[in-house]
Amino acid sequence: MHRRGVGAGAIAKKKLAEAKYKERGTVLAEDQIVQMSKQLETFKSHLEEFASKHKQEIRKNSQFRVQFQEMCATIGVDPLASGKGFWSEMLGVGDFYYELGVQIIEVCLALKHRNGGLITLDELHQRVLKGRGKYAQDVSQDDLVRAIKKLKAMGNGFGMIPVGGSYLVQSVPAELNMDHTVVLQLAEKKGYVTVSEIKESLKWEKERACHVLDHLLKEGLAWLDSQAAGEPQYWLPALFSELTSRDVTPEEANQMTP
Amino acid sequence: MDRFSWSNGLLEINETLVIQQRGVKLYDGDDKAKLDVGVALLSTHRLIWRDLKNHECCIAIPLSQIIFFEEQAAGIGKRSVSASTSLTLDAKIVIHLHPAPANKEPGPYQQSKFSYIKLSFKEHGQIEFFRRLTEEMTQKRWENTPVSQPIPTATGAQAGRTRAVGIVGIERKIEERRKETDKNISEAFEDLSKLMVKAKEMVELSRSIANKIKDKQGDITEDETIRFKSYLLSMGIANPVTRETHGSGTHYHMQLAKQLGDMLQAPLEERGGMMALTEVYCLVNRARGMELLSPEDLVNACKMFESLKLPLRLRVFDSGVMVVQLQSHSEEEMIASALDNVSEKGSLTAEEFAKLLGLSVLLSKERLLLAEKMGHLCRDDSVEGLRFYPNLF
Repeated sequence: MHRRGVGAGAIAKKKLAEAKYKERGTVLAEDQIVQMSKQLETFKSHLEEFASKHKQEIRKNSQFRVQFQEMCATIGVDPLASGKGFWSEMLGVGDFYYELGVQIIEVCLALKHRNGGLITLDELHQRVLKGRGKYAQDVSQDDLVRAIKKLKAMGNGFGMIPVGGSYLVQSVPAELNMDHTVVLQLAEKKGYVTVSEIKESLKWEKERACHVLDHLLKEGLAWLDSQAAGEPQYWLPALFSELTSRDVTPEEANQMTP
Repeated sequence: MDRFSWSNGLLEINETLVIQQRGVKLYDGDDKAKLDVGVALLSTHRLIWRDLKNHECCIAIPLSQIIFFEEQAAGIGKRSVSASTSLTLDAKIVIHLHPAPANKEPGPYQQSKFSYIKLSFKEHGQIEFFRRLTEEMTQKRWENTPVSQPIPTATGAQAGRTRAVGIVGIERKIEERRKETDKNISEAFEDLSKLMVKAKEMVELSRSIANKIKDKQGDITEDETIRFKSYLLSMGIANPVTRETHGSGTHYHMQLAKQLGDMLQAPLEERGGMMALTEVYCLVNRARGMELLSPEDLVNACKMFESLKLPLRLRVFDSGVMVVQLQSHSEEEMIASALDNVSEKGSLTAEEFAKLLGLSVLLSKERLLLAEKMGHLCRDDSVEGLRFYPNLF
């Protein structure tokens, strides 16, 4: 990166370069930056006008939010990139999603002792809504997904695993490769899975199945029921439905891990 | 007089009394009606007459039945043959009426050969009454505010409107509101599309600039680069040159970094010198309440700790976990203390270590892993959990 020189020689050189570029009809980058600054001011006032008319729509209408996000994505704009961005400042989209991010983190943290850091999108949705109270704005699952995507920037393993038509939200940096994911998907129907079921459905050898199940146990994502009739069952707390589960305190959870 | 129906004389909900006049006698056509003198009441909807002595004798006719009306001045008129004294006649209002509808409620007369009636004003007041009647017949207020009780009307088409205040009225309001909402939404989408077109222009311009910077077409100062980055930040456009997180290195993030430096000192000390970035995110945003930071804002600010010589550091563990730690808590210190703890207890799991230090399980695990990486601890990895022992090898 060269310093802008001082002195007559440098000035002359610059003038020559400018002239050459102008000859070719190209606009210099620094001129374009000035142009951009002006255009930015214009855009800002357009956005302000839009906000004054439709800000409520964004807050109230989840469908509108989806449209808005998709349009932004199409043109290459991320309205949630920064709290300092125009979109966030004037439309208030930022605060909506960033706050949702906080609520998602808190729910995941509170339940981690029980499900090891894996939770269905449905359960997450329910709990977030409950936490927000009945006077807060409604949030859709699409809103949650977008908020989670943003949380990924902070490391910590926020991810989404497609399972049974919906998603499992992972909030711990546990290494989950394709094998683990596939077993999770298999377990989705009943909430648990056995070695034989894995061997039958996925056509794996016993070692591979046991390796995967052991990993899930170690990460706290699965619990072992060795007293089940037949062979041991590996249960996934994340997949427990409301009906068959009750909340477990961290102490109880510690006692349950083998 | 066969147009009248018996009535209780009570006004309906939307009906208002306009004027009333005592001493009014009714005529069926030219003949005196077989009713005594009474009170004539004009409302927004009806003409009502009530017997003075017998209040229960009350009849009414809807104003919509009136075709035409005129004044008949007092003066000398037909003289009754038998009477000899009466030479003057009271002022009257003659009212011509539509034929009675089929569903008319019963009234004092079953039939009449006349299609007009007269109101005779024995105690004067006809001028005002006439004026008010004219007003009401012009304004036709009964059409705007239909009363809830079914009133026999001249045409069948008006019968349906009597229910409008009830269910139909509510349904209409809901439909109107829905149309209004739809209109708002489609207007919002239209405006949004227009806005996006302008935003797209900005994106293209920024790409052009970025390309030129890359190809060195022009001489960009550092100042201009910083300005360009802040424009990208405002618009939410990814920095096409570096492809790294846009907006890093802007003044905004420098300010943020300094704020965080102040804000996080105490919490970090409380938590053993280290906090996961998600924890920091929640802490900071809960404290702010509004104008929240985006996750990327936080990461970008933390990346500047070192260059700004702040006593905090952003650290990324092998597992991908990102933490903020106090610089004073050096790595050797952490590892040494971890080793001490483990040796003291013989062995520790991440949970036990966490409880000991008051750290989160996540961070205590990272510390143990780090100590292991440095060769001070070794692990016993079984289904029962991950346990760390001092490395005696």
